[in-house]
Amino acid sequence: MNAVDPGNPATTGGAPGPLILGIESSCDETGVGIVRGTELLTNTVSSSMDEHVRFGGVIPEIASRAHLEAFVPTLQAALDDAGVTLDEIDAIAVTAGPGLSGALMVGVAAAKALAVATGKPLYAINHLVAHVGVGMVGGTFAGGLPPNLGALLVSGGHTEILRVGNIASDVELLGSTIDDAAGEAYDKTARILGLGYPGGPAIDRLAREGNPKAIRFPRGLSQPKYMGTAEEPGPHRYDWSFSGLKTAVARSVEQYEAAGLEVPVADIAASFQEAVVDIITSKAVLACREHGITNLLLGGGVAANRRLRELTAERCAAAGITLTVPAPSLCTDNGAMVAALGAQIVLDGGRPSGIAFGTNPSLPVTSIVLPEG
Amino acid sequence: MLLLALDTSAAATVALLRDDDIVARFGSADTRSHAEVLAPAVQRILADAGVAGADLDAVVAGVGPGPFTGLRAGLVTARTLAFVWGVPLHGVMSLDALAFDAAASGTLPAGSDFLVGTDARRGEVYWAAYRSPSGDTEQREQPELPELLDGPHVGPAAGLPKGLPLVGRAAGLYPDNVDAVGGFASADPDAASLGRVARLRLLAGEALQDTSPLYLRESDAKVPGPRKRATA
Ligand SMILES: [Zn+2]
Repeated sequence: MNAVDPGNPATTGGAPGPLILGIESSCDETGVGIVRGTELLTNTVSSSMDEHVRFGGVIPEIASRAHLEAFVPTLQAALDDAGVTLDEIDAIAVTAGPGLSGALMVGVAAAKALAVATGKPLYAINHLVAHVGVGMVGGTFAGGLPPNLGALLVSGGHTEILRVGNIASDVELLGSTIDDAAGEAYDKTARILGLGYPGGPAIDRLAREGNPKAIRFPRGLSQPKYMGTAEEPGPHRYDWSFSGLKTAVARSVEQYEAAGLEVPVADIAASFQEAVVDIITSKAVLACREHGITNLLLGGGVAANRRLRELTAERCAAAGITLTVPAPSLCTDNGAMVAALGAQIVLDGGRPSGIAFGTNPSLPVTSIVLPEG
Repeated sequence: MLLLALDTSAAATVALLRDDDIVARFGSADTRSHAEVLAPAVQRILADAGVAGADLDAVVAGVGPGPFTGLRAGLVTARTLAFVWGVPLHGVMSLDALAFDAAASGTLPAGSDFLVGTDARRGEVYWAAYRSPSGDTEQREQPELPELLDGPHVGPAAGLPKGLPLVGRAAGLYPDNVDAVGGFASADPDAASLGRVARLRLLAGEALQDTSPLYLRESDAKVPGPRKRATA
């Protein structure tokens, strides 16, 4: 299969930019998005979130089963919504990783079948970089991705700070969580507090009624031995850890109960949220400052969190960093972000990945598009 | 009748059938790379045969039972191909393919009962009970298919019905629990046989099933219990 020639109107239908169909299945959202260059034509998503509620977290096997049932209907709905046919598509992009292994497998197998059946080139791309690539569509960055760009990704599956030199060829991971993702910490804490799933919105809501300074919960990996200095960085200068926080919340609840006192759920929720948001934003801004990042994109499902947006905005402003947050439907996992990154890779002259590649649940962020295997 | 058949309930297998002829066949013994090998196999088989997807009369998929991840790779592939090409899509229970192979081999007495069993991992087998055709095939234009008596089920080999010979990999895995049918102790469902089963059913005017997967097991997810309260 040949690469799409973005400069040739014959391969792009004469319209600005290639017509790309993106497929996402790395967690619990089955997404199919279609873009024409930087123009978003559809962002169709089928979520299995409701099926995970009673378990208090995403169950990989349930997510994988849902992807199988949702794929063809979501594809059909996306084509209808965009008003395009498969014939008109220039290329297909699919999330190859990182993500849940069994879930990724469904989207990748589907994308390969789609590539075989249509004869279109297929690009196997990186989910994390796609969270940044989505900034190219939906009017997020009107003039395209700005220079000195960084991305803070916070969701149930990941917590990362990236430096983005070139979206198609140069992305670097500056820091990430070493255990739970921030969204996972919200879910686990919400379960301890009896607030249900997903934990983020429930805790954010309740936190408004509580005192964020009532309890001082730990800020993971903030000690000098982990931080070091700008000149001599410690081993986890820009990394996060949230597993100790969840334990601290559980211990706090137990102390109130053991003392026969009513558990101040709102105060705990507010204090927990403050601990998460404080450490995420302080380390992210530190990484930006020390890597010359002056434009920060906030993405991932937890970007919808009121307090995270507030404190990120405040600290970015103080540091002279311009903060941009895509629309909520573009922050959560979706196919449009995969299509958007695919379009950038095509425009950059990237080669397709063929159809023999495998999924990679821990695909490093430096691997933006898989080479033909 | 031109059929493309896929079965990923155990190995990843693909076959192109023109009437009763197997035009091309692909099989990979690796049970953990279905998502890698399936699409290239389909592409190569069709290209070598000079067949366009839209020329097919149907796509046929083995619906299991089988290990979940591999099974899904085959089903989503079959569904997507059929959707794009606009051709009918049919499901066949994967164990039916092995039952057909055993009956066609002539090693089973006519009208006798037998088991088909495959590897369900975790010390268990997927199995079903069949009756071989009565044998009065002279009057028929097409061979008769074995009759499904019971199943499919999943369970320990020790729990299989006693006294019936078994066709399939379960015989090789659990020789102490079952009597193997000669030549079939390491056999897995194959797309070529699956396609033949589908063809015979279509010729007989029978309705085929859809491609809903036969997982036979729930996901391992457990609903978390209530947190224990600390007491003073
Ligand atoms: Zn994500």
